[in-house]
Amino acid sequence: MSTLVVPESIPSAIEDCEQLRKAFQGWGTNEKLIISILAHRNAAQRKIIRQTYAEKYGEDLLKSLERELTSDFEIVVLLWTLDPTDRDAFLANEATRKWKATNQVLLEIACTRTSNELLSARQAYHARFKRSLEEDVAYHTTGDFRKLLVPLVSSYRYEGPEVNTTLAKSEAKILHEKIKEKAYNHEDVIRILTTRSKEQLIATFNNYNNDFGNAINKDLKADPKDEFQAALRALVKCLTRPEKYFEKALRLAINKNGTDEFALTRIVTTRAGVDMKKIKEEYQRRNSVPLERAIGSDTSGHYEEMLLALIGHGES
Amino acid sequence: MAFPQDIDALTKAFSGFGVDENAIIWILGKWYPEQRRSFRKGCSQFFWEDERLFERWDDNHIAFLEREFLRFKNAMVLWILHPWERDARMAKEALKNREYDILIEIACTRSSEELLGTRRAYHSLFDHSIEEDVAYSVHDNNRNLLVALVSSYRYEGPKVNEEIAKKEAKTLWEAFKNVNKNPIEDGEVVRIITTRSKLHLKSVFNHYKVVSGKNIEEDLEEDSSLKDAIQCLSSPKAYFSRILDIAMMGGADEKHKEALTRIIVTQADAYMKEIAEEYLQQYGVSLSQKIEETTKGNYKDFLLTLVSRGV
Repeated sequence: MSTLVVPESIPSAIEDCEQLRKAFQGWGTNEKLIISILAHRNAAQRKIIRQTYAEKYGEDLLKSLERELTSDFEIVVLLWTLDPTDRDAFLANEATRKWKATNQVLLEIACTRTSNELLSARQAYHARFKRSLEEDVAYHTTGDFRKLLVPLVSSYRYEGPEVNTTLAKSEAKILHEKIKEKAYNHEDVIRILTTRSKEQLIATFNNYNNDFGNAINKDLKADPKDEFQAALRALVKCLTRPEKYFEKALRLAINKNGTDEFALTRIVTTRAGVDMKKIKEEYQRRNSVPLERAIGSDTSGHYEEMLLALIGHGES
Repeated sequence: MAFPQDIDALTKAFSGFGVDENAIIWILGKWYPEQRRSFRKGCSQFFWEDERLFERWDDNHIAFLEREFLRFKNAMVLWILHPWERDARMAKEALKNREYDILIEIACTRSSEELLGTRRAYHSLFDHSIEEDVAYSVHDNNRNLLVALVSSYRYEGPKVNEEIAKKEAKTLWEAFKNVNKNPIEDGEVVRIITTRSKLHLKSVFNHYKVVSGKNIEEDLEEDSSLKDAIQCLSSPKAYFSRILDIAMMGGADEKHKEALTRIIVTQADAYMKEIAEEYLQQYGVSLSQKIEETTKGNYKDFLLTLVSRGV
C-alpha cells in the first residue's frame, strides 16, 4: 500500500506550478513549500505538473530543481519528480556503471517491477542512454553475475495466474538438486529463476519447502559470505516477499556508518507510491522501532522532511 | 479415353507448389468414369495396381496433395493475422519442431518494437513468456543464444561507439579462430551478437573484415545458429533472398518450401522491394518470374499479388 498522502482536493496544476515557481524566487529557496506540494502528488499528477511547468515557464521543472536545490535534498526531490520509468532507467544505469558483486539494485529493479514496468524502463533507457539496458549490463558484468543479470533484465515474465503444478514440483526438484551440488550457477537454476512467472515461482518455492523441508533461501545460505548466493537469495525475496527485501535494504542503509543516503533515497522514492506501508510494518516488526524514528535520527533538515513526508508522516 | 494432353495437364496440376485449380475444374470436372479410369491407369506416378485389382492412389501423394491444397489457405491466414500473433504462433511452431532458424529469423529481422509485440501476444496466446518456453525446450548449446535473441530489445537509434565496435570485432575474430571452443559457447560472442544495436553490429562486421580479411560469415560453420543470426542481423535481404531460392529449387523438402509463404507474407509490407532487387541480382531472374514458373493456381496468384504490391 502506498504511503503517499494526497489531499482530497488538490490545487490545479497551474496553481501548483505558480507556487513552485514562487518557491524558487527571491533569496534562497522555499524548501518547505516544495515538499508540501511535490511530496503530496502521485505520479500522474507530478507528470501533469511537469508538463504544465514546461509550457508556462519554458523550462523543465527538473532543471529548475537541479539549479535551486543541493545535496541529498536535491537528489530525493529530483528522483521523486522523475517519471517512474525514467527513474528506473536512471537507477539501472547508475547501478550498471558502478556495478559490484554486492550491488543488488539491478536485481531489485528487474524483480520488483511488473513486466510492463520493466519493459517501459527499458524503453526509457534507450531514449536516455542511446543503448539498450541489456547491452550495458552485459558489458559491465562478468561471469556468473552476467549469466544471471542479462536474462533477468531482459525478461518479460508472463503475469497471469496460470500455474502448472507438475512443473512446479519438477522444477523445485531441479533447484534442490543443483543447490545440494552447490551448482548455484547451473543453467537450469538461472533458467527457472529468470524466466518463470512470479506465480509459477511462488508455487515452485512452496513445493521446495514442502518436499525438502527447508525454505529455498535457507539452503542458499550454505556460504553466507558468497556474493552470488546472496544475489540468488535477494532475487527469491524480491519475487516473493519484496517488503522483506526492502526492509533489509533500508536497515542496512540506515545502520551503515554514516548512512547510505542514496540507497535510502532510492528505496523511499521508488516504493512510496507502491508498498511502503507494508515495508514500514515489516520494519517495525523486525527492528521494534518505527521507520520514521530511524530515519529521523539518522537524517536531518529538508532531506529528512521530504523522506518523512513520502512515507506518510506528519500533516498533508 | 482421356486425351493425353489432358492427362498431362492434370498430372502437372497435381505436382508442385500449390495446385492448378483451374485445370482441375475444367479438365477433371468434365471427365466421365472411363476418362478418370484411364487417368488412373495411365498415371503410374500417383497410382499403382493393388493386388485386389483396383488402381490405388499412393498414400504419400495424397498427403502431398493435402499439403499443396492447404498452401493457399495457410498463406491467406498468415496474411490476415496481426503481425504479433503471426510471429508468436510461428515461433511456437518453430520451437515445437526444433526449427531454430525460424526463431532466429523472427528475433533478428523484426524491429525491437515488433519483437516486443510478439512477446506480448505470446503471453496472451500461450500463458507463458517466450523466453521461458525457449529456455525450457532447448537443451543443446543453442539455448543461451536463442534465449538472449528472443529477449533482446535492441537500441534502434543512430549512435554507435566506433572504439568499442573495433574492440568487439577483434573479440569475435579471436573467438572464431579458437579451435578449442565452439564460438556459440563463448559468453563474449553471445553478448555482442545478442545485445548490441544493429547499427553497432554493422560497424563491428565492417571492422571484422579489416581485421580478418574476410567477411564474418565466411569464418563461420555452415548450418550453425550463430551464422544464421549474423546473416539475419548483417544482411537480412540477402538472407531472405537465399531462403527464397532454396524454397523454389526443384526437390526442396516441405520445411524449405514453407519458407516461401512465410517470407513473402511477412516481408510483403517490409523489405519486399529490396528482397526482389537482391534476388534479381543474385540469381539473374526476377522473383516474380521465378514464382510464376514454380508455383500454381490460387497460391501462385496470391503470392504474385503480394510481391507486386511493394515492387
